[in-house]
Amino acid sequence: MPNEVIAEFKVTRMSILDENGIADVALMPELSHEEIRKMYELMLLARAFDQRALALQREGRLGTYPPIMGQEAAQVGSAMAIKPADWVFPSFRETGVHLSLGYPIAQIFQYWSGDERGQLTPDNLNIFPFCVSVGTHIPHAVGAAMAARYRRDPIAVVAYFGDGATSKGDFHEGFNMAGVFRLPVVFICQNNQWAISIPVKEQTAAASLAQKAVAYGFEGIQVDGNDVFAVYCATRNALEKARGNGGPTFIECLTYRVADHTTADDAGRYRSSEEVAAWRARDPILRLERFMAAQGFWSEDYGREARSRASASMDEAVHEMEGFPPPAAADMFEHACASLSPRQTRQQEGL
Amino acid sequence: MSEMTYRDALNLALKEEMRRDPTVVVWGEDVALYEGSFKVTRGLVAEFGEERVKDTPISENTIVGVTIGAAMGGLRPVAELMTVNFALLAMDQIVNHMSKIRSMFGGQTNLPLVVRMPGGGGSQLAAQHSQSLETFFMHCPGLRLVYPATPADAKGLLKSAIRDNNPVIFLEHELLYNSKGEVPEDPEFLVPIGKSEVKRSGDQVTIVAYARMTVLALQAAEDLAKEGISCEVLDLRSLAPLDDEGIMASIRKTGRAVVVEECWRTCGLGAEISSRIFENCFDILQAPVQRVSGLDVPMPYSREIEKICIPRKETIVQAVKEVMQGKF
Ligand SMILES: Cc1ncc(C[n+]2csc(CCOP(=O)(O)OP(=O)(O)O)c2C)c(N)n1
Ligand SMILES: [Mg+2]
Repeated sequence: MPNEVIAEFKVTRMSILDENGIADVALMPELSHEEIRKMYELMLLARAFDQRALALQREGRLGTYPPIMGQEAAQVGSAMAIKPADWVFPSFRETGVHLSLGYPIAQIFQYWSGDERGQLTPDNLNIFPFCVSVGTHIPHAVGAAMAARYRRDPIAVVAYFGDGATSKGDFHEGFNMAGVFRLPVVFICQNNQWAISIPVKEQTAAASLAQKAVAYGFEGIQVDGNDVFAVYCATRNALEKARGNGGPTFIECLTYRVADHTTADDAGRYRSSEEVAAWRARDPILRLERFMAAQGFWSEDYGREARSRASASMDEAVHEMEGFPPPAAADMFEHACASLSPRQTRQQEGL
Repeated sequence: MSEMTYRDALNLALKEEMRRDPTVVVWGEDVALYEGSFKVTRGLVAEFGEERVKDTPISENTIVGVTIGAAMGGLRPVAELMTVNFALLAMDQIVNHMSKIRSMFGGQTNLPLVVRMPGGGGSQLAAQHSQSLETFFMHCPGLRLVYPATPADAKGLLKSAIRDNNPVIFLEHELLYNSKGEVPEDPEFLVPIGKSEVKRSGDQVTIVAYARMTVLALQAAEDLAKEGISCEVLDLRSLAPLDDEGIMASIRKTGRAVVVEECWRTCGLGAEISSRIFENCFDILQAPVQRVSGLDVPMPYSREIEKICIPRKETIVQAVKEVMQGKF
């Protein structure tokens, strides 16, 4: 008897806006010029943050910082599809998501300056702390989705992580549980091709990361991560499905970490400048600019103005951050536990 | 002898042992082309090739798991974890397997495995990346644990660890990588595991320390000498097994002890050492043993406040003075 085929699968890649800024009209999401301008300006804001953070780090005013340059479309496009009631579990390289959701800019600077108070999330935002440990927040997102289901709360949970995180047990075990319980969770991987010095082909022997979801019984899709429209569409669809009890989705955004891993890294030691140049040419902001220009709602003047507005927002945020009083030593005990042990109290008093 | 950094001494130990024994391999995240996140594996892939010096995916539990398997399969692996903080992801492999396989298998297999990783705080890396977890490993029978303070000990202990047939957790202090010292060139120079060393001799009080705490203890002893207090600084070097003989010999000489630990105070290794001192030297103690420890809080991100959480020269000096006054 010949072997029976018991499973077959296809993995697809979604793209809407090509490198020349030409969009596939049939696939184009319904977005007003206003909304597209908002996307564009958020991407500029994210880039401006990055540039300012790098400059401040060089001056010793910020600690180690992980730049997001090149990943703006993946971050802004996905975040634009998130509703205020949804919950977000970020990794450490999601500044564009924070900015898109309205996180106070001064607080993001404050965090990277070495002050956890930057993570005191405003009450109207459901964003959890940066997760610097790779992939360890994936189970948290799955658990939050279990809680939402339990509370009959029709929201979705979003977890962001990198390609490197897909090697973690947390990823596989979290995906499995999300699949088994058909949870309202959307996993967004920014496959930026590198995990410090390890290229994605050394991270996995699979042809895509997206297909890993298939093994756990739910949909995985790859999108052009530098195409803000495709990222937006894929995320919006996945979130609607999740909120409507359709189960989890895994979205792999193909993008690129144009800058170093962090300010403590020198990527020139392990990758070629040709590779970086090729990806720079696929810049997500440039691509959207071309689209908007062809549609008649982008001009040099508008671009310049939007950039200077972004830069002014950074001036303002840095100024605000500098006005924050330094943390007091006793603060470290303040939030250590809901109530301190007698020994901790003695240590606090002894400071 | 030649002067080199702690980092270079570790690097040299790896190179010498890899040249000496073709079964020694180095596997971990970013260890090959990138040469390790703290550059301890510099030059290894160029000299020994990609099979012996292998980059792995980001899978800490499995890195320890596969090196356990490879050790049972006839290799002498040296696994590198990026920092001790990520060893927490591998605690099942370390505690449930690495430490027990030999015993559960009735001694039929040795586990000649070294798991290396930097530890300690002081680099402004916030709560999850600045931990001193040495006590976690000490608690578990079946593991050896070493934590050198000087370049010479770093070299000699790493070579011993690689040649040892027991599983060894090898901690390196992040803030010591650039520290310099004289290192013997002899490729047979080994520092025995389980032996402490008197790094400064004195006769009024013993400061028991390890790794970066030894460096601070030596600075404190220098200051105290100017005030007429003679301190002996005992560098543990190995935390498992502890050198009871060396510790007690020093305390029988001085009659007083200050134990310095970088980790949290509660259940910290200083408690274990103090207890052993009380058990063995109660009859001659001139004052209760003092402990200088890390504060019992998650490490704050702020550089200035982080400093307060970790023992400093000043806090050691103060503890020594209290012991000298016989304060209870
Ligand atoms: C559990 C764990 N292991 C190792 C590290 C060290 N580390 C920090 S970022 C990183 C690479 C992560 O790569 P990826 O998931 O692709 O995210 P990216 O940095 O590209 O955004 C590594 C290995 C860590 N933070 N956590
Ligand atoms: Mg990556």
